[in-house]
Amino acid sequence: MFSRDNWKEIFQTIQKNKLRTFLSGFTVALGIFIFVALFGLGNGLKNTFQEFFGNDATNVFYLYPGRTSMPYKGYKSGRTIEFDNSDIKDINKNFAMFLEYSTPRIQRQDTVRFMNESNSYATQGVAPSHQLAENTIMMKGRYLNDSDIMSKNKYAVIGRLVEEDLFRGKNALGKYIDIGGSAFKVIGVFQDDGGDDEERIIFMPYTTRQLIEMNNDKVGQLIVGFKPELGYEGAMAFDASLDKFLREKKYINPADENGIYIRNVAEQLKQNQQLAVVLQLIVSFVAFGTIIAGIIGISNIMVFVVKERTKELGIRKALGATPKSVIGTILLESIFITTVFGFIGMIIGVAVLSSLGETLEDYFIKNPYIDMPVAIFATIALIIFGGIAGYIPARRAAKIKPIVALRDE
Amino acid sequence: MIEIKDLHKSYKMGNNKLHVLKGLNFSIAEGELVAIMGSSGSGKSTLLNILGMLDELDEGSYTLDGVPIKNLNETKAAQYRNKFLGFVFQSFNLINYKSAMENVALPLYYQKVPRKEREEKALKYLGQVGLKEWADHLPNELSGGQKQRVAIARAMAAEPKVLLADEPTGALDSKTSYEVMDLIQKINDNGNTILVVTHEEDIAHMCKRIVHLKDGVIVEDKMVEQVRAEQYV
Repeated sequence: MFSRDNWKEIFQTIQKNKLRTFLSGFTVALGIFIFVALFGLGNGLKNTFQEFFGNDATNVFYLYPGRTSMPYKGYKSGRTIEFDNSDIKDINKNFAMFLEYSTPRIQRQDTVRFMNESNSYATQGVAPSHQLAENTIMMKGRYLNDSDIMSKNKYAVIGRLVEEDLFRGKNALGKYIDIGGSAFKVIGVFQDDGGDDEERIIFMPYTTRQLIEMNNDKVGQLIVGFKPELGYEGAMAFDASLDKFLREKKYINPADENGIYIRNVAEQLKQNQQLAVVLQLIVSFVAFGTIIAGIIGISNIMVFVVKERTKELGIRKALGATPKSVIGTILLESIFITTVFGFIGMIIGVAVLSSLGETLEDYFIKNPYIDMPVAIFATIALIIFGGIAGYIPARRAAKIKPIVALRDE
Repeated sequence: MIEIKDLHKSYKMGNNKLHVLKGLNFSIAEGELVAIMGSSGSGKSTLLNILGMLDELDEGSYTLDGVPIKNLNETKAAQYRNKFLGFVFQSFNLINYKSAMENVALPLYYQKVPRKEREEKALKYLGQVGLKEWADHLPNELSGGQKQRVAIARAMAAEPKVLLADEPTGALDSKTSYEVMDLIQKINDNGNTILVVTHEEDIAHMCKRIVHLKDGVIVEDKMVEQVRAEQYV
């Protein structure tokens, strides 16, 4: 069936019937191309969603103090709640078995100067483990460490864009910058996938911030990272007991919605994951549909091809072509065309996707891509099912009596 | 060579059964040139199709070169056609995207003859019908008579036991018809058995024997004095 002679026969048929070859090839190539493009764009959409939610650590609670709106245990409503150093210690002590890390975050807005350049930036007084909560990536230098916290060093870790703005492309490491009137040494430059705003931040030890603000012990927000193995249920339980503990300690009415607020990323993550699953489903559905449409397309072409060739097949049968050789000729030809054009469509699709890159970011499609195994699998699936779809009309053609086929005009 | 006994064939036309061949008996010896004559609807093409294994008989028996032709599956029928029979059709039935030489070589392809040998043989037979220099031309570049000669070369290429021609001159003018008949006579002179279906009296008389069909029965089976086509060419 696969002798050189057979292939010569098939190549000749393909060459001498260019329009037919082109039409069927075009359909196949277009089918695979659309599949690859859609699948890639779907992945791009998923990338964007992941970027929205997924850039920070997900095993994290953000604890925000507020202002009470209910009286409780003799305290009036309207009382401002603040976290202080003792809260960190208490949480670390009481929830050690759930906790991976905890860090305060004292957020301020400061004018920052270097030489003649100045700008207003968000500064955050944090502990070293804050790096884990925000997935901060160090480009050069280092992040804050425990000894910086202990010694209340005037060290600053600045965002990539801060360096770009103030230092005009020069190296900021080891230089001194003026933050709100105090000189800080730049010990590190970081980048963050969360977007430009996340790279216009300056980190300093929270103890240094407290020192500057008249040596107080207030810590602004608290960020608590829990052990990922807790899972969703464990995280929700931890959330509840942490809330209860802090309300008791701070004398906040358990029903008061404004005294304290815990932002639970685990819950957001769950919704995010559900969204991703839905997106994945839609993408798979569309992809599946495209492949089905492609297979139907090939089947149609095969029916047409067989119809068009009925007389020729009749002649061949009169000259001694066996049913097997008739089926073989038609199938090999269609599989050959499907394979060649399928891979052409696939390569064009992949090329288009990779050339798109970030140009569609405004439409929430970022870095569209398709995994090569998926693309190749889809192409092979189309070839195989196309072959099966082609087999049916081929077999029917082989069964037509030569006398009937010869009468066909 | 060909032995037919009590051959019946009918077609279903909706609810009606059309009895086309009603019990034919005849035999053809090796080297004969037989014309099957009859008006349209007499069953002559049906008979040829059955002889050519393009169609199946309902009743009776058909023996070709000592081999009973009965209950053949498609594969077997294809092999027998390839081995025993050569076809010449009224409408030539050349494959239009293949050159004359490739058309002639096609039956040899199904005999699994190697490519080189195939082409040599095809050229040899094209030479015998006088079309060697037209080997690379496509059918649509040939005249009707040339097409039929290519078809005859193709039928001969497989070196069949019997050559079956269905109205070989039906689509040709009389001059070209005589050329084709001349060729058929010469092939017969070399000892090949040939069956020609025709409704033209003059073409029939260029054969050696005429079998007259009417309404599905043989009404006449006679030897005739062969008219050589050469004199008209």
